[in-house]
Amino acid sequence: MSIKQKENWGSRLGLILAMAGSAVGLGNFLRFPAQAVQNGGGAFIIPYLTCFVLMGIPLLYVEWAMGRHGGKSGQHSTPFIFGSMGKGFYWKYLGVFGIFTNLAVAAYYCYLESWTMSWAYHSAAGHFMGKTQAEVSAFFNSYIGLGTPEPVVFWLLCLLLNTWILSRGLKGGVELASKIGMPLLLLFGVVLAVRGVTLTAGVNGAVYDGVVGLNHLWQPDFSSIWNPVVWRNAAGQIFFTLSLGMGSIQCYASYVRPKDDIALNAMSAGWMNEFVEVVLGSAVIIPIAVGYLGVDKVVEMTKGGSGFGIGFMTLPYLFAQWGPVLSALSGMMWFGLLFFAGITSSLAMGTPCMGFMEDNFNWGRTKAAWAFGFAVLLLGIPCVLSQEAFGEFDYWVGTISLVIFAIAEIILFAWVFGMEKGWEEITRGADIAVPAAFKHIIKYVTPLFLLVVFIGSLPEIWATLTKPITPQVLAARLLLAGLFAAISGLVYAANKKKVAL
Amino acid sequence: MSASALLMLVVTEVAVTAFTLYFFWKVLTVPPKPEPDSFEDNDEVER
Repeated sequence: MSIKQKENWGSRLGLILAMAGSAVGLGNFLRFPAQAVQNGGGAFIIPYLTCFVLMGIPLLYVEWAMGRHGGKSGQHSTPFIFGSMGKGFYWKYLGVFGIFTNLAVAAYYCYLESWTMSWAYHSAAGHFMGKTQAEVSAFFNSYIGLGTPEPVVFWLLCLLLNTWILSRGLKGGVELASKIGMPLLLLFGVVLAVRGVTLTAGVNGAVYDGVVGLNHLWQPDFSSIWNPVVWRNAAGQIFFTLSLGMGSIQCYASYVRPKDDIALNAMSAGWMNEFVEVVLGSAVIIPIAVGYLGVDKVVEMTKGGSGFGIGFMTLPYLFAQWGPVLSALSGMMWFGLLFFAGITSSLAMGTPCMGFMEDNFNWGRTKAAWAFGFAVLLLGIPCVLSQEAFGEFDYWVGTISLVIFAIAEIILFAWVFGMEKGWEEITRGADIAVPAAFKHIIKYVTPLFLLVVFIGSLPEIWATLTKPITPQVLAARLLLAGLFAAISGLVYAANKKKVAL
Repeated sequence: MSASALLMLVVTEVAVTAFTLYFFWKVLTVPPKPEPDSFEDNDEVER
């Protein structure tokens, strides 16, 4: 009988930084401030924090508990973690979402990540100096339109870096990258936030004080909290920011020893993400953009709710107003911060896919890492070539499948596995007292909340399905369906192998 | 800044920072658990 050395986290701090790094992504700095501006300003924080308490924290507890439970039987990906908690064969196939989502999101996310790498390079090299705002926007449009081979080069570099870090394993790869990336991200975030808030009208071409932007972002419009769309956007932001419904939290938690704490770890990583999003994320792009462009222009630019336009097209131009040295430094810090936020998230997407192949097909770590890199390369090609395919991947995987997976996992945990056993899983070895109210919230409130969010988005899903589509959209949908079927086939094969043993 | 914007900012940021620091401080100060003393409890090696 072979004895296989199993991986574990090197330290508790490393685990928390990796888990927080998985959650902290581009959305913390780009999407959250844009969502707040568009959904009631300071009043948005009320539905946002309500969703965090009623949906975010319960799902964090559930996903950490499921992961540690699966790790006891040597499973590090959701198909067989689900299989160990529910008897029906279909649970394993619902668990497929935990591999599918990670692979498909990584396909376009690594491409986005490569933009930040490229923008950091151009900022350092001073290529944005002397350009008008229209020229920086034209540069961005030419870049995503593949006007030069450069985007492909940076994308391949980014994929290689991800694959190499993943091939170094949990302790020497993911954990080390998080221990370097997260403190740097926090440092860059604090420096840029201070710069944003202290921006002074009349200095370096700024028209307004940075505080005007901060005031606009936090000015509460309390009438917005009666709008259901605002609540749906707040729930979406919580999902997006905490990396819930992806299967990566379960994977990281599956490497925690069975009697070690998960309750405090979950809270520490979750609140660290909130700090980065609410405190730092709100103090960079909006104050700087409003300082130069004014409130009306910024409101118009954040209409899509993503903040990408400001982040990539406007900020490089604004940094260039600060002189060559400060401009290069600020650009490197801003895009470096986004890069660290991105890579710590994409590494978390690779780990469950690798764990699945290692656990069920006895693959080595290096082989699994390269297979993941190759799969992301193949799946990413349509996203690089077509913005429509990119949008399809983001909609079906980055939005819809997260909610479906979260509904499945909370029903499995609270109603099939059972809340008594589930509560024992959450509180075993806990270093903090978990409020008993969460037992009821997990069982009743969170599933209901998720169902309401899902049912509320059904008309939009129907409208998306029934509108005329282009060949690129059709190809992207077929590719996603094929990917889901292929992973289901692997789960079937792995299950057959287990039964035969 | 208007009073209402300032109030929202201060209350939210103080609360979020306080929770973050509290949980992080707990992580750094809670003594580590002793190593498992039986083979079954030891998750380092899998047969």
